[in-house]
Amino acid sequence: MRIIVVLLIGLIGGIGGYTFIYARGYSYIFNDPAECVNCHIMNKEFDAWAKSSHKAVAVCNDCHAPHHAPVEKLFVKARNGFNHSLKFTTGKFHEPIQITEHNRRVTERACRYCHQDIVNQIDHSQKEPLSCIRCHSNVGHST
Amino acid sequence: MSSQDKATRRGRSPLSLGLVAVGAFIVAFGLVALLMNIRGHKQEAANPFFRVVELTDDTEDPEIWGKNFPQQYDAYKKTVDMVRTRYGGSEAIPRVPDAKDPRAVVTQSKIEINPNLKRMWAGYSFALDFREERGHAYMLQDQMFTGRQAVPQPGTCLHCHASVYVPYKKAGDGDLFAGFEKLNHMPYAEAVKLVSHPVSCIDCHDSQTMQLRITRPAFIEGIRNYKASLGVANFDVNKDATRQEMRSYVCGQCHVEYSFQGPEKRLVYPWFKGLTVDAALAFYDSIGFKDWKHAETGAPMLKAQHPEFDLWNQGTHARAGVACADCHMPYVRVGAQKISDHHVRSPLLNVAAACQTCHRVEEKELVARAERIQNKTEHLENMALTALVDLIDEIDASIKAGATDEQLAKARDFQRKASFYVDYVEAENSTGFHADQESARILAESINFSRLGTISLRNAPK
Repeated sequence: MRIIVVLLIGLIGGIGGYTFIYARGYSYIFNDPAECVNCHIMNKEFDAWAKSSHKAVAVCNDCHAPHHAPVEKLFVKARNGFNHSLKFTTGKFHEPIQITEHNRRVTERACRYCHQDIVNQIDHSQKEPLSCIRCHSNVGHST
Repeated sequence: MSSQDKATRRGRSPLSLGLVAVGAFIVAFGLVALLMNIRGHKQEAANPFFRVVELTDDTEDPEIWGKNFPQQYDAYKKTVDMVRTRYGGSEAIPRVPDAKDPRAVVTQSKIEINPNLKRMWAGYSFALDFREERGHAYMLQDQMFTGRQAVPQPGTCLHCHASVYVPYKKAGDGDLFAGFEKLNHMPYAEAVKLVSHPVSCIDCHDSQTMQLRITRPAFIEGIRNYKASLGVANFDVNKDATRQEMRSYVCGQCHVEYSFQGPEKRLVYPWFKGLTVDAALAFYDSIGFKDWKHAETGAPMLKAQHPEFDLWNQGTHARAGVACADCHMPYVRVGAQKISDHHVRSPLLNVAAACQTCHRVEEKELVARAERIQNKTEHLENMALTALVDLIDEIDASIKAGATDEQLAKARDFQRKASFYVDYVEAENSTGFHADQESARILAESINFSRLGTISLRNAPK
C-alpha cells in the first residue's frame, strides 16, 4: 500500500515537474521581461515597452509588482501568475487585455515610488488621489 | 503492531486504495491535459505559415488564396453576415425570388423609409430602388439585381462591384488600363459576363509579396490628380505611397465620390482640387457636368456616391493617421500571430478590437459617443432634405405659374448644389462619424442653398 502511494506521488510529481519546467514556470520568479511574454499574449505590450521611454529605467516588475515588501511582491506575482495561467488555458478573456483594479493600484503606487519627489505637491487628496495613468497612459507601453 | 491492527488495515485497504487511485487519476489526468495545452500554445508560437499552393498575378479565385491564408480567408467569408447597427448595416428581409431577381433575401429599402429621397432623385434611377448596403460578399449580386438596372447601365459599374483586376488584364491583353477602357464602353449585361467574383484577395494584394497594391485605374489616376493639387507631381501610388497610406488607399479605390464622363462612360474621381465636397462640385461645375435632369424642376442634377474615403479624409481620425483598416479590419490575435481581421465590417459591431486599442473606455460608452454624432447628423440631414423638398415645391409652383428659364436659373442651380451636398452625407456610409464637423458643415451649406434658392424665386411668378 505504502509503496503504491509513494509510487503515485513520484509519478505525479514527475509529470508535474516536467510540466512546470516545460512551461518555464521557474522563470516567473525572476525579473526578466522576456519571461513575461513566454505565453505570447502580451507580445504587443512587450514590443511597445521595448520602444518606450521607460525601457531604460524599468522592467515589467518595476511597474507591475509592489516595491514595498518582498512578500507582497511574491504574493502579487503568484496571484497574477495563477490568473494569467487560468485565462490563457481556458482562452476566455477580454481583448485587448485590460488591467484589473488591484493591479492598477499596484501600478499607481509604483509610479509614485520613483516619481514621488515630483508629484507630492499635487498629490495631496487622500479621498481622491490623482491617477497618474489617466494622462500618462502611454509611458509604459502604448499599444 | 498487533494482529488486530493489521486486520483493520487490511479491511480498510480496498476503499482507501480506490480513493488514492481515483485521486491520482484525476491529478495525473489534469496534469497531462495541462501539459498538452501548453504544448498547443507553444505550437501556436511557431511560425504557422505554410505555402500550400503557388499564387500568380492571375489567381482570381479567393478560395485558392485561402489555402495559404486560411485565417484571413475564413474572416473574409464572414462578410456574408447581415447585422444592423443603429444607422446602417443590413437586416435580412425575405422576398420571393422571381425570373428577374433570384435573391431570396434583400435589405430594407431606404426610399420607402424616407420618401423625401424619391423627390430628391425624381427622374433618376435611384428613385426606383435604393437599399441599405450589405457586406462585400453581396456587392456583385446586389448590383446585378438592383431595380436600377431597369435603366441600362454601363460596364463601368463593375470597376467597384466585382473583382476586375484579372478581367481587365485579360480584356486589355495584359494592359490594365486598356481593359478598363474596354469594359467601360460595354453595356453592363455584356461586361458582367467577364467577371466571376466580388472583391477578392488580388484586388488589394500582390500575389507574391502580399503587400498592399492598388489595382483600380480610376484610383491610380484620381490620387495622382489629388497629389498634383498638393504640388506632388507624377505620384505613382504603388511606388510612392507609405504603408499606412496604403491601408486606406486600398479601400479608397472604391469607397469614393465618382462620375461617369463622356459618351464612353469613363470613370473619373473628382479630386483635381482636393477631396472635399466643394472640390467635387467645383470640378463638375467647371465642365458643366450633370448626372440627370430633375423630373419635376428640370434642374441639372448631381448624384453623390458613397464618399467614405473623401469624408474620412476631413475627419479627426485621418488627421491622427488612423487608417480605414485600423478600425474596419483591426489587428486580432490568432494564437501567437497578429493578423488583420478580414471580416470587414462596421467598427460598431467590433468595438473592443476596433476602438479600445486606442480608446481605453468601456464599450458601451464608445458606442454612445459614435451614436451621439450619428443622431445629430441624422437630425440635420432630415432638416436639409425637408428644406430641399420645400425648394422643389417652390420651383414646381413657379413653373406652373409660367416662370421663364431665366427666372428659374438661380433656383435650379441652388437645387443642384443643395441636393448634391445633402446627398453627399446621405450616401456616405458613416452617418457623419467619419468627419462629424465636416458633415454638419455640409448639411448646413445644403440647408442654406435650399433657402437661398427659395429666396431667389421671390420675384418669379407663383
